Amino acid sequence: MRRGIAAAVLATAIAVSASACGGSGSTASSSNKASGPVTITWWDTSDATNEAPTYKLLVSEFETANPSIKVNYVNVPFGTAQTKFQTAAGSSGAPDVLRSDVGWTPAFAKAGYLAPLDGTPAMADESAFESTLIKQASYNGHVYGAPQVTDTLGLMYNKQLFAKAGITAAPTTWDQLKADAALIKQKDGVDGFALEAASYYAMPFLFGEGTDFVDTANNKITINSAAAVKAMTTAKSFVGAPGISKLDVTADADTDIMDSFQTGKVAMVIQGPWDITNVYAGSAFTSKSNLGIAPVPEGSTGTAGAPTGGQNLVVYAGADAAHLAASEKFVGFMTSAASETETALKNGTLPTRTDAYTAAVNANLGIEGYQAILKYSVPRPALPEYSSFYASFATDYTKILAGQESIQTGLGNTSSAIAKLLPSYAAQ
Amino acid sequence: MTVAVEGGAVEKRLPRAPRRGPVARMKQSYDRYWYAWAMAAPVVLVLGLVVLYPLGRGIYLSLTNATSLNVGRTIGVNHIPNSYSWVGLHNYEQILSGADHEFWPHVWWTLVWTVACVALTYSLGLGLALLINRQLRGRTFYRVLLVLPWAVPTFVTMFSWRLLLADNGLVNSALSGLGLGAPGWLSDPTWQRVAAIGVNTWVGFPFMMVSLLGGMQAIPSELYEAAEMDGATPWQRFRYVTLPGLRPVSNTVILLSVIWTFNQFNVIDLMFGYGSSDSVQILVTYAYQLFFNQQPQDYANSAAYGVIILSMLIVFASVYRRWLKRNEQQVGI
Repeated sequence: MRRGIAAAVLATAIAVSASACGGSGSTASSSNKASGPVTITWWDTSDATNEAPTYKLLVSEFETANPSIKVNYVNVPFGTAQTKFQTAAGSSGAPDVLRSDVGWTPAFAKAGYLAPLDGTPAMADESAFESTLIKQASYNGHVYGAPQVTDTLGLMYNKQLFAKAGITAAPTTWDQLKADAALIKQKDGVDGFALEAASYYAMPFLFGEGTDFVDTANNKITINSAAAVKAMTTAKSFVGAPGISKLDVTADADTDIMDSFQTGKVAMVIQGPWDITNVYAGSAFTSKSNLGIAPVPEGSTGTAGAPTGGQNLVVYAGADAAHLAASEKFVGFMTSAASETETALKNGTLPTRTDAYTAAVNANLGIEGYQAILKYSVPRPALPEYSSFYASFATDYTKILAGQESIQTGLGNTSSAIAKLLPSYAAQ
Repeated sequence: MTVAVEGGAVEKRLPRAPRRGPVARMKQSYDRYWYAWAMAAPVVLVLGLVVLYPLGRGIYLSLTNATSLNVGRTIGVNHIPNSYSWVGLHNYEQILSGADHEFWPHVWWTLVWTVACVALTYSLGLGLALLINRQLRGRTFYRVLLVLPWAVPTFVTMFSWRLLLADNGLVNSALSGLGLGAPGWLSDPTWQRVAAIGVNTWVGFPFMMVSLLGGMQAIPSELYEAAEMDGATPWQRFRYVTLPGLRPVSNTVILLSVIWTFNQFNVIDLMFGYGSSDSVQILVTYAYQLFFNQQPQDYANSAAYGVIILSMLIVFASVYRRWLKRNEQQVGI
């Protein structure tokens, strides 16, 4: 018997020493003393070179105004932020505040990661915000995100190159766009248009045919409908057309395309206001008035549409009361009229509240141009799964454009991926 | 290390007693080998915790419809109840019937990837082993040099390759210089696959080379001498002496390499991440993606993929070993 006890003791001793690895998980918001200042962590997903400096400045302004709160600013690349936050939110290490794409917000809310903001200091002036943006940031009757910037896609064009080719107005249909591109190539010797192959930029083609991934009114998946096939046919017709830059599916495609546009090597791109600052820094736009901004071309249905994009500030639900309060205050500050005005003037992004459009903001050519085309923006349906559609669509869209998949096969694959996410919807 | 075991493992020869019941046998075994049991217990416990429990849990999850939305959790003020349910073999049906449009394309690519990588690493390793397996000056130096790709930590290798293969990286600069165009190694679906196989070959050949070199040095030199006496050409010596002599080593390294390559997570994951790289994802990385890199996270399907991958490898390994046995080869695995 004594031997048995000895054996048991030995076994547990060894087991304990063997399993005594793996420290406790670290939490982002540690050092929580009621007396000292509260430190909150903010994951900012903005562009680290063009946009982040403005936000860092606002952070230091906030810290000066609120000495009891410290903000730990972390710039997280936009491309990885969604999964990074999801992983952290499910276990540990999540930030207190995240700059979340409008598409991610409802999905995060549905997963229970976010704290509702209605009635908190974060949403003190709820009525000042554009109501569609509040709707996009809501889930189940609560507001989960404070809209920070809004955007949509538009056609940016180089007026000088247009004048040289004898084109007087921006193209309004996809066919016109192709014709103009060919003409510019012929007259100016530069490419007329560069197509971004990222899935987000495919939306104007779909909206122009009056379709979307899904039809929420009838619970139907419509990404492989005849209209969507038509939209993709239009998109694919740009590949290899005269005056259209060579299809670029590399990781640096966006950077390369924008560099070409900045320096006058490409006359037109479809792009959002987040690139305005970047464009004005280019050699072809030393005179800011050279940049023309027009709505995206319309499809065969005669309507033009671009996705309503933008960023919200969201607050992680897993923090304690002190951090929540600090986070709400911070979000309120970052989305106040003054902060949004400052952001707009420095970054060229569009404010989300009417009282932030001061005379100075309205005088900014880029903001003015995008504000005029906001009416063409199509808000996304109130569907938490919506942002997940892009993952599979991105793959198939690239393959369709590169000719590695037929349009029907590609859209069929996207459709079945969506069907998995929405079992209650009818697939075609 | 030798341990004097109390109770002694040395059996006294006794006339055979009738077999006792299992309990009695357990007791006797415990009385005699308690020390061994105690020493093995922690290992068994840890294995149970880190291997068997997750495996069981994974198999269970693959029979449900669990996702990150219906598995219960509480985050601050938000409480989400458990609402996933048992669906039996539904996930497997969906996957194996091709209804999810993902499984079979990934299987084919995984097979192509495995065969291509193993063939390339094996032949490259064999070639280099032959080159090094001779008296030449600085042999040790070459050997060290050739083992380097394997010795350097994988992520360092991967990030170096990412820099080299970037759109404006060194490789493309060289190719453009030669007027060969600049493929999108890291983003174009076809070139991604080429890049993946190339980089994995780079990482994998040293292991093959070292193993085969060891195998070659174990081949008695008398055989070569005898072959030479019989007037065998170098090719014949290689074909009839070296290759048969290497067979036991080859069989082992090929089996290992197939399993490793099939599950080569690091290379794919670190090289391509999860941007627009669906075509280059092999089964394991795809399963990982289902679990970690999408919203909502699909625990159930990911687990089902895991179980399927495991089954595939078990089947492959047993078939391979049986085939070897039929060829009367002893594999020391």
